[in-house]
Amino acid sequence: MSTNEPLAISESQQMNLDTEPEGRWKGAFREMLAGGPGVAIGALILAFLVGSIMIAFTNAAVREAASYFFARPQDFFSALGSAMGGAYSSLIRGSIFNWEAPTFQRMISPLLLTLHNSGPLICAGLGVAVTFKAGLFNIGGRGQMLMAAVFAGWLAFGLPNLPVGIHLIVCILGGILGGALWGALAGFLNAKTGAHEVIATIMLNYVALYLLQYLLATPGLMQNPGSSNPITPATPMSAQLPRLFGRQFPLNAGFLIALLAVAFCWWLLNRSSLGFAFKAVGENKRAAKVAGINTDRMTITVFAISGALLALAGAMQVLGTVTTGFTDGIDGGIGFDGITVALLGGSQPVGVLFAGLLFGAFKAGGSMMQAGQMIPIEIVSVIQSLIVLFIAAPPLVRAIFHLPQPSQVAAAKKAAAKAAKAEAKAAAKKEVSA
Amino acid sequence: MRLELQGITKRFGTFVANDSIDLVVEPGQIHCLLGENGAGKSTLMNCLYGLYQAEEGEILLDGVPQHFAGPGDAMAAGIGMVHQHFMLVPVFTVAENVMLGNEATKGIALDTKAARERVNEIAGNFNFHVDPDAVIEDLPVGVQQRVEIIKALARDAEILIFDEPTAVLTPQETDELMGIMDQLRKEGKAIVFITHKLREVREVADKITVIRRGKVVGEASPTSTDSELAEMMVGRAVQLTVDKGEPHYTSNALEVKDLVVTSADGQVLVDNISFTVRGGEIMTIAGVDGNGQTELANALLGLEPGVTGSITLNGKELLGKTPRQMLDEGIGFIPADRNEDGLVGAFTVAENLMLNRATGAPFVKGGVLQIPFRNEFAREKIEEFDVRTEGIDQPVNALSGGNAQKVIIAREMSKDLNLFVASQPTRGVDVGSIEFIHKRVVEARDSGIPVVVVSTELDEAVGLADQLMVMYRGGIVGIVPADTPRDVLGMMMAGIPPEQAAIAPVPVTEEGAQA
Repeated sequence: MSTNEPLAISESQQMNLDTEPEGRWKGAFREMLAGGPGVAIGALILAFLVGSIMIAFTNAAVREAASYFFARPQDFFSALGSAMGGAYSSLIRGSIFNWEAPTFQRMISPLLLTLHNSGPLICAGLGVAVTFKAGLFNIGGRGQMLMAAVFAGWLAFGLPNLPVGIHLIVCILGGILGGALWGALAGFLNAKTGAHEVIATIMLNYVALYLLQYLLATPGLMQNPGSSNPITPATPMSAQLPRLFGRQFPLNAGFLIALLAVAFCWWLLNRSSLGFAFKAVGENKRAAKVAGINTDRMTITVFAISGALLALAGAMQVLGTVTTGFTDGIDGGIGFDGITVALLGGSQPVGVLFAGLLFGAFKAGGSMMQAGQMIPIEIVSVIQSLIVLFIAAPPLVRAIFHLPQPSQVAAAKKAAAKAAKAEAKAAAKKEVSA
Repeated sequence: MRLELQGITKRFGTFVANDSIDLVVEPGQIHCLLGENGAGKSTLMNCLYGLYQAEEGEILLDGVPQHFAGPGDAMAAGIGMVHQHFMLVPVFTVAENVMLGNEATKGIALDTKAARERVNEIAGNFNFHVDPDAVIEDLPVGVQQRVEIIKALARDAEILIFDEPTAVLTPQETDELMGIMDQLRKEGKAIVFITHKLREVREVADKITVIRRGKVVGEASPTSTDSELAEMMVGRAVQLTVDKGEPHYTSNALEVKDLVVTSADGQVLVDNISFTVRGGEIMTIAGVDGNGQTELANALLGLEPGVTGSITLNGKELLGKTPRQMLDEGIGFIPADRNEDGLVGAFTVAENLMLNRATGAPFVKGGVLQIPFRNEFAREKIEEFDVRTEGIDQPVNALSGGNAQKVIIAREMSKDLNLFVASQPTRGVDVGSIEFIHKRVVEARDSGIPVVVVSTELDEAVGLADQLMVMYRGGIVGIVPADTPRDVLGMMMAGIPPEQAAIAPVPVTEEGAQA
């Protein structure tokens, strides 16, 4: 019974069950999402620290005081203090409460703007988070939003005679269909041809972008009649999301839809059999297969749902944010911001809600910072990027360099100790009962 | 070097993992630490290796007390550890791994040549066959383990700790490891061998210390019988042989005809095999690992893509159905690799208990998980199958091997079954749980359904079998009764047909007959 040939067979056949071995990238994604709120808050703090340093360096008074730092250090620190204070107070005044405004209405208008901004961000974050949960990565939010804009926009301009209310619902559902199809296409390519979902979604972003550019540049399709610019007609009133606090505030029903989407995703991931299957595939694809779950179908379904959520963000843009006619920039980078929001929110729907609100506030406060303190709005983008970097960097660095994961060893030890404890407990219990 | 542990106590919170343990390991000896999973063997060794700090007690090397702040200190003092999960960098070569953390340099350049020579020198001394330039991830598991051993020896380890080294090895690799350990002993190294496999212990141990629930319960001599050792380990008499009555055949049957399984790259993994398993009967499939048994079992659940032939269960053709449809036909399936294929580690016990039943009643109604029902079900099954866990919400990756396997068995056995297929049902499972699992497999058979068990442990295959099939290179060597002599079975596993094996000039020993 000592022969070596059969072993050779076993070696090459170990992966027989699964055509594609679990990559280290997927492991890295899972780890990024396993950090919990602690890591998210830590990353936030670090990002703000680095952001503060950058604000200080871009401030002329601080730079000047720094040149004679050793002669009069107090000058430097007071300049630093006023730069920081100015920056962060304008960030808060721009995003939450403007205590310098003359009327109460204008005092609370920044908060309403924040809520308005966060609606599409939350939906986009949820869309990306759903794919993370299934061990997949949807980087095609832009394409899905653009396709949603095409569908929703076409229904909005093309069917102007529908009654108020019905028209809006038709446009939203149409937009969802567009994004869901575009997402499902990426899922289909991944499941049936083995194309990596990251590549497939990025490429589909371009396809959607050029399709929209064609539609915008071709008279008779989506271009505003009588215009030679690549822009659509305005969204008719009957297809616009109703504003919640009157015309002077941009906040519209889109935010309520986003809250509903959060509730839906929570239910999907925690209470539905579909979400159970998503998570099983995401955590252990092989075990999911053995448990009779059709992993290909799950990939397509996850991408369809993800695309639908991103489509909500796209529809909100067309039907709420930019109602005067849109261009190929209608996505506003939200498809990519959604990735950051999902990461910061730990892919948990409630976490995504808070992350979305934070990013909505950044967007609102950033303009105030630029207007009031001459701080470039790019600082906000830098802070956002730093958040991703700090959340993602350690596992990414390990994945890039094939390094083993130190926490795994510790976790295994902890788990073993725990198991030993449970075993001893159960044994003791048994003894008592016997 | 003589190793002495005096009164080692290690607590985790209120839980005492090691309770005042004394142990003496002499040079030139293999000292076995025997105990069930979770008995505290690994904790003790981690204290010795500096990974944990013991609350009480002392570690003495040649009578000198030691204080290890970390593995670095332990290594410097001459202690080497071969971990169960190898601590190797997969993309590095053997030589690079051996010098990692202990790099020889020439100026500022790494002296890889010296490392390569060191590997060759050690490999030569101990008769290992390891290519210093081979990349770790290309090597079989058994060879990777040898690299771990070389790593320890390269740092002049005098005391070697083997933590469950055979758990990941095939029977052949295990035999080779035993040979290596014997050589190390002859070189005068002190060896601590942690295991729960009785056969291995009796084969190599000079001294045996049995640990149960963190305490030393006694020493045993290598001449002790399996049942004596098992009783010390578990704390009660353990049934090592499978207790089963005469089979009562029913009219149910699994019929496999001309089954061929081909891999994606065109290799024939299961080569045209046919057999019948009647209801009320256990067919065990024996053979050296990797001879197509796992693929055959997978094919029975519809997991293999390239399958031709026919699989009929109670007259119904099953070939070509998806795993979901197969499960709905009432197939209970225990996969060979429970962590990869049987469980979702991050999911809770309760979630894993419904893993393959998330499609309909009673666990799902209208697409909604029935969580109260699931929790009730999980609590019942934990009790019924004696799964030792902190609760139904504990993730399964925190359970010991035996308890994790019980979760799978509980899941597969708590539905109406028409066929039960188990691959390596007791691999990496402690003695107490093995008995339990065997009992459940026999119960399934006695319920009147056909049962197929794949096992590379010959004892298990023989013990459970009503019929025994030996596979070799994807084909059937023979289907023989369970009381076929062991030597004949051994030769069949090497591909010699039973008629020839039976007349081959091998003396049928007492041992063979009684096994």
